[in-house]
Amino acid sequence: MAETHATTHTAHEAHAHHELPFMRKYIFSTDHKVIGIQYGITALCFLLFGFLLMAAMRWQMAYPNDPIPVVGGLLQKALGEDMVASKTVEKVNPDGTKTEVKIPGIMTPDLYNAFGAMHGTIMVFLAIVPLAFGAFGNFVVPLQIGAPDMVFPRINMVSYQCYFGGGVVMLASFFIPGGAAKSGWTSYSPLASIADLSHRIDGQTFWLIGMVLLITSSLLGAVNFIATIIQLRAKGMSWMRLPFFVWAQFVTGFLLLLAFPPLEAAGVMQLMDNVFDTSFFLPSGLVIAGQTIDVSGGGSPLLWQHLFWFLGHPEVYVLILPAMGIVAEIIACNTRKPLWGYKALVHSVLAIGFLSFIVWAHHMYLTGMGTKISTFFQTTTMIISIPSVIILTALFLSLWGGSIRFNTPMLFALAFLPMFGIGGLTGLPLGFNASDILLHDTYYVIAHFHYVVAPGTIFGLMAGIYYWYPKATGRFMNEFWGRVHFVLSFVFMNLVFGPMFLQGLAGMLRRMSDGGATYSITNSPGVEGALSEFVIHLNRDISRAAWLLGLAQIPFIINFFWSLKHGKKIESDNPWQATTLEWQTPTPPPHGNFNKEPEVHRGPYDYSVPGAKTDFSPQNQPI
Amino acid sequence: MEIPYTVTPRRDTGLYNAKVGIWLFLASEVMLFGALFSSYVLLRVGADKWPHGLLNIPIGTFNTAVLITSSVTVVMAWASLKLHQFNKFKIYMTATILCALAFVGIKTIEYKDKFTHYSVRLADGRTMDGHIKGSPLFWSLKKLKDKNVETIEFAPDAAHGAAAAAHGAEAAKPAAHAAGEHQFEIIKVSDLTYLSAYVPSHNTYFAIYFTLTGLHAAHVIGGALVMTYILLFGGKMWRTQPDRLTNRVEVAGLFWHFVDLVWIFLFPVLYLL
Repeated sequence: MAETHATTHTAHEAHAHHELPFMRKYIFSTDHKVIGIQYGITALCFLLFGFLLMAAMRWQMAYPNDPIPVVGGLLQKALGEDMVASKTVEKVNPDGTKTEVKIPGIMTPDLYNAFGAMHGTIMVFLAIVPLAFGAFGNFVVPLQIGAPDMVFPRINMVSYQCYFGGGVVMLASFFIPGGAAKSGWTSYSPLASIADLSHRIDGQTFWLIGMVLLITSSLLGAVNFIATIIQLRAKGMSWMRLPFFVWAQFVTGFLLLLAFPPLEAAGVMQLMDNVFDTSFFLPSGLVIAGQTIDVSGGGSPLLWQHLFWFLGHPEVYVLILPAMGIVAEIIACNTRKPLWGYKALVHSVLAIGFLSFIVWAHHMYLTGMGTKISTFFQTTTMIISIPSVIILTALFLSLWGGSIRFNTPMLFALAFLPMFGIGGLTGLPLGFNASDILLHDTYYVIAHFHYVVAPGTIFGLMAGIYYWYPKATGRFMNEFWGRVHFVLSFVFMNLVFGPMFLQGLAGMLRRMSDGGATYSITNSPGVEGALSEFVIHLNRDISRAAWLLGLAQIPFIINFFWSLKHGKKIESDNPWQATTLEWQTPTPPPHGNFNKEPEVHRGPYDYSVPGAKTDFSPQNQPI
Repeated sequence: MEIPYTVTPRRDTGLYNAKVGIWLFLASEVMLFGALFSSYVLLRVGADKWPHGLLNIPIGTFNTAVLITSSVTVVMAWASLKLHQFNKFKIYMTATILCALAFVGIKTIEYKDKFTHYSVRLADGRTMDGHIKGSPLFWSLKKLKDKNVETIEFAPDAAHGAAAAAHGAEAAKPAAHAAGEHQFEIIKVSDLTYLSAYVPSHNTYFAIYFTLTGLHAAHVIGGALVMTYILLFGGKMWRTQPDRLTNRVEVAGLFWHFVDLVWIFLFPVLYLL
């Protein structure tokens, strides 16, 4: 006993010797697990911030030109009276005289546009991608392949810092004269170049600089991930023994690596247009407010759209693939049986990766680029739905005959399947040229891609948080409040995005700062195709559901922090009885991850192997 | 556990880590310049007329030679390390960096030539390209009016004779300029409807020219900085981890070849075609 005590004591001393100072350990860390957590926390903050922007916009849509309650005055103080107007009301005093009172908080169309553009930008580039790729990829991938760390730890750190810097630039843009970028997250030129002509350095410039930093961050991250997966797989970890999550991250890495640079090129050109008055995207004879603007002209607005969507479409798969990977891991673990069709899953994800580079112009059917090109992209778009359906089908079939454990991560993972299914299938009418002409730029599009990303990807990511939380902290998150979080999120997500399909089919366009009220039958009586009162009133119902969805996240936030100290302690390093390598390390994994280099003997999902003592056989267990 | 394969190659891939990293990075660089080249094609195809013969071909050719030379010397630097000749390595590395500096220097002169070369349009519809006396940088009509300048002395390119207007006009000019053969004519600022140097905002051709070559020059400078770092601080690593230094030079060299390769495409596309 005394001997063991002595050994632990010396071991502890040796450990203390390597203890890094606080700054090196938590702020400028090169440890992939710490960087993963940094990514995760920052991205969750941005996720909340992006949601709050939308919550404010939903007020303006539900009650156009009414001051925003509670925070209206605060918004006006922060963003200025140009952005947040006041409503003047007459108040009758007790003595019968009347005084005018100003109630601050009306969202101006400019602010609505800025919030809309930044909601999209923040959600895609600062919340979902960093959470899916930066956080889960960093924390889980090296552990799952049996590596001591990422292959380039210092580049990994710089990657996070670039992301953080990009986030700061984006946030700062709200407070500069003229406000943040207002031309949508797609920043279509020439709108993006002429939206704010009174300031040379405007919100759009900030947006572009922020994007360059974010692109640098994902570029460094992508190089690091791909090189790590190629070089640092443990002994015996052959390609077909990689967990599906690693495959998903591998393909995601390639998408980021090859799709982002064209946007960087486009960003540089738009920066030239905005700051040095070039005309890359400005056509000849562009007229603003009755005057031809003083530029050389000869540019092509279509060029921006091609370059943007060359990134934009692979980006959609960057958003979805990591979530698919997480869901696959959780389903295999909680059905206690191997994934159905592992090889088909791997080949499908590779096919998606390749095809996603040749579908981009299906976002551009209405630009007049020509019917032959449209036909090509319509065909490839239909083809890419095949591997997506294979993946979804394989995951559904994996449930067949399993003895399913319905814990919180599994509930989120199961909900991912139908939600992503709805998102994917409603995309088909948008992929067809003929039906897209009708649906383009309506709320149908909004509903479609939010079903993919919000109840789809975010549910997948939530599942991942509940699933890997014990690995990072040594404690479970509270199961009851996890379920409350799940049920409420599930209900409100559908109440928010379901009715939008209806609004879109009724012809309600997106990006209207009054939620379409101008085109309602009340305000435009007798106009063909005006929106009915029912469609307009849905705005209020959707808004209420959206705010309740926000409240439904409170159990999660409290649970997340409360469980750090008070959650149920795990009883072993492998609390879910999983097979993959991340569960075969101490908890939380030390610097260097594994006490000795693991050797892999079997595939990733050896659950319920006939004749085995337990219903799971870890990858490093000899056959 | 330490990170493996930082110096020695992994058996099944046959590569050390940094080499995988640099090839992946170069793949993304191909996409970056590929996107810009595609933009060039799209803009040129969509243009009514595309300027031609505005760049100095002899200087461009010389710069191409400079860059190709540096690509050779960087390989020699790496080979010297493989042969354990550190002194030779230092010579070749210095030569590479000097070539990089020469390239950037020559590019700067070329840029300055453009920034002092003007295009004007008169109220009577005449358009002329040429130089303003004193070779001012970045003048614009707005700047002249703000400064209350009333007249400018302008020497049109056509003053050099009919041949000058044709292909290769630029090449003849610096000599003529030095000899003071410019025939300046005085133009009232009030007669001008347009005045711009050959800057990015002048037309789409110069926009893409400056963007492409500027981005390329940034890569040259970046590469030169890395190689200078290796040259100055490589001695210590050479004594302790010679293989690691050799790998570093190889990786920097791969990047350098890429930068060279981009120029090999840039030169014909912008200067010759």
